[in-house]
Amino acid sequence: MNLDFSEEQKQLKEQVGRFLAENCPPAAVRAVLEGEQHHDAKLYKGIADLGLLGAAIPEEYGGVGLGQLELCVIAEELGRVIAPVPVASTVYLGAECLLHAGTEDQKSTWLPKIAAGEAIGCWAINEGSGRMRPEKVTASFENGKLNGTKSPVADGAIADFAIVLAKEGSGVSLCLVDLSGDGVERENLESIDPTRSQTKLTFNGASATRIGDAGDGWHIATQVMDKAAILIGFEQLGGADRALEMGRDYALERMAFGRQIGSFQAIKHMLSDMYVSATLARSNCYYGAWALASSAAELPLAAATARVSATTAFQHCAKNNIQVHGGMGFTWAFDCHLYYRRSNALALMIGSLSTWESLLIERMSTGNVEAAA
Amino acid sequence: MDFKDTPEEAKFRKEVRSWIDANAPKHLEAELKRASFGSSGLTSEDPIEAGKAWQKKKAEAGWACLHWPKEYGGGARTAMERVIWSQEEGPYAVLSSPFTIGHGMCGPTVMEWASEEQKEELLPPLASGEEIWCQLFSEPASGSDLAGLRTRAVKADDGSGDWIINGQKIWTSGAQNSDWGLLITRTDPDVPKHKGLTMFFLSMKTPGVKVVPIKQANGASGFNEVYFDDVRIPDAQRLGAVGEGWRVSLTTLMNERLSIGSGMSTGFPELFKFCMDAEVDGEPATADSGVRSKLAQFAVKQSGLKYTGMRAISALSKGETPGPENSIGKLVAGATMQELSMFALDLQGEAGVLWNEDSPQNGRFQAMLMRSPATRIEGGSDEILRNIIGERVLGLPGDIRVDKDVPFKDIPASGKGRS
Repeated sequence: MNLDFSEEQKQLKEQVGRFLAENCPPAAVRAVLEGEQHHDAKLYKGIADLGLLGAAIPEEYGGVGLGQLELCVIAEELGRVIAPVPVASTVYLGAECLLHAGTEDQKSTWLPKIAAGEAIGCWAINEGSGRMRPEKVTASFENGKLNGTKSPVADGAIADFAIVLAKEGSGVSLCLVDLSGDGVERENLESIDPTRSQTKLTFNGASATRIGDAGDGWHIATQVMDKAAILIGFEQLGGADRALEMGRDYALERMAFGRQIGSFQAIKHMLSDMYVSATLARSNCYYGAWALASSAAELPLAAATARVSATTAFQHCAKNNIQVHGGMGFTWAFDCHLYYRRSNALALMIGSLSTWESLLIERMSTGNVEAAA
Repeated sequence: MDFKDTPEEAKFRKEVRSWIDANAPKHLEAELKRASFGSSGLTSEDPIEAGKAWQKKKAEAGWACLHWPKEYGGGARTAMERVIWSQEEGPYAVLSSPFTIGHGMCGPTVMEWASEEQKEELLPPLASGEEIWCQLFSEPASGSDLAGLRTRAVKADDGSGDWIINGQKIWTSGAQNSDWGLLITRTDPDVPKHKGLTMFFLSMKTPGVKVVPIKQANGASGFNEVYFDDVRIPDAQRLGAVGEGWRVSLTTLMNERLSIGSGMSTGFPELFKFCMDAEVDGEPATADSGVRSKLAQFAVKQSGLKYTGMRAISALSKGETPGPENSIGKLVAGATMQELSMFALDLQGEAGVLWNEDSPQNGRFQAMLMRSPATRIEGGSDEILRNIIGERVLGLPGDIRVDKDVPFKDIPASGKGRS
């Protein structure tokens, strides 16, 4: 048994961590939060130049040809510094969807650009409030033209291409749109986490090509989101760990009533519960990483397990990090709110927590409960 | 990343599997698997006798106490081999539960602190299940604050060098079946509490030792009170120096946490099976979104513990040692069991109040509800475990101990000072 990353993967993690510590300090996150830009373009280029965007893209499409486990350790480090870059949209969802179901032409057009950091993608599935279901889709795809509105779309403001879920005949299909073409309107939306922007995309007869078979859109999207759930789970894990660390460091430094506040059991126990939830999430994410890398039949179950656990842990750690900091934690000047924002934004990306909880139980009902228990 | 055995591990697993297949008491398997929470589940045979028989068989074939050296009746196996053994032993492991404290805690303490002759005398019959040991530590006034214990040991005034013990222990698991006990006492009340303790071992048949089973909140009597009334034992039964008892007890406590926390189930698989059959408002329970949400949170705790265990096994297999982070096992499992059983009863509606053979899953959730409060306390309460994680894993400051440098006799005790 070896439920751990290899020495090479750990070295990669360390390298990425060092790069990000230097190039993505909290000031860089704040520059996006407080500025006009929707992401840190310089950082994104740096990440691309290191080959990280193409880590799991085959060499024939301009990638590095490593694997999903490498992507997991990269995701954890990006999550740790809550990097304001569109990696989830572009790589976990965009590139993975193209690799999974794209045509040769779609792959050779977009994957090399993704790997080089020259094309940003977005995942345009949602239409308004409430849990997404294929029956709710009103956008439509017919004769190569796309019509309708998708909102919210993460990173839609800066994306070069979109993968859109749209009605086609009696089913729903996924299609690929070059956003630089005609018939595309973007409207930026305010959100709880401006470091990963949200956009409304409106299509008026925009040219699009289908990904996969007609009517197979929801099925493909589900498979892609399962894989992305594990990678986003690693981002959440990195964020949870960092929030715990921030709380721990503050508890050691801050004095009150003549003692370090970390010596009070109320604080100590809160931090220890944060550690417990982050540890359970780590173990569940490793299970997800194994399923992802080995394309196990348990992947859907492992994905929902990792996702529920990581979402719960990041939210738990981020909110209690503020609590440990007391009033200082609620100020704009401290970084706690950056993690609080991101934890809640990630909790809603590719389906809310309750959606994934429901999926997990549905998958256990149809699969083998012993596998998870 | 993989869940596979190495070729050596696979070979060992095969060997274990074929021995268990040929030797396990298969007629008891169904009964052991039905075991209600907190009991061995055996009713067709005396659980102690059945346990002794299985332990003896294992010992004769070299499968007893795999973590002990061979000269003391152990198997001298690697950590990974022990893990594989316990995975393959499955439900039969329950049979050896009367020996858990002896094998996991008392044995290692004797091994570290006793003389060579004592080890040769005491350890082999413990390994082979002929003798059962208990741990005489907690007292009515000192559970989590173990070093606050009051059972006195004083030198006999006849110059024999013997010790005379007076006092009371409590929460002593399995004392009613035990042949030997590991006993911590106070030998000097004039020094701070950790410094005046001394450790002994004694036969539970020594005159003046009285064991009184405690009827617990769940109706069972696994724990006991043990009274010492002028119990005389020779100085040769002392473990470690006089006044060094705290240091000796740390050997026991460290081993206790390793052995209690590992591989606990939260009862989730049973809950899930129950929910597949139960109904809520005319629909299967698992179709209800509120039920799903609760179930999912229990599920990720159960699987989180399972894969945390597997990460620890992965570390063992690389030759690393598990550390205080393993305290999360019992912390998470205990609290989850309690919440989970309350949820299961809630789904049973008003009939959840009943605890009989018609109760779903043979009354398992009712049994768990009534036993889980103890799980959250024994072997380190939730609060003590949180302190361990906070202090030893996260590096937070230790609790302020106002009695640290005070002579024991001057420390206020419960009830005193209220006059």
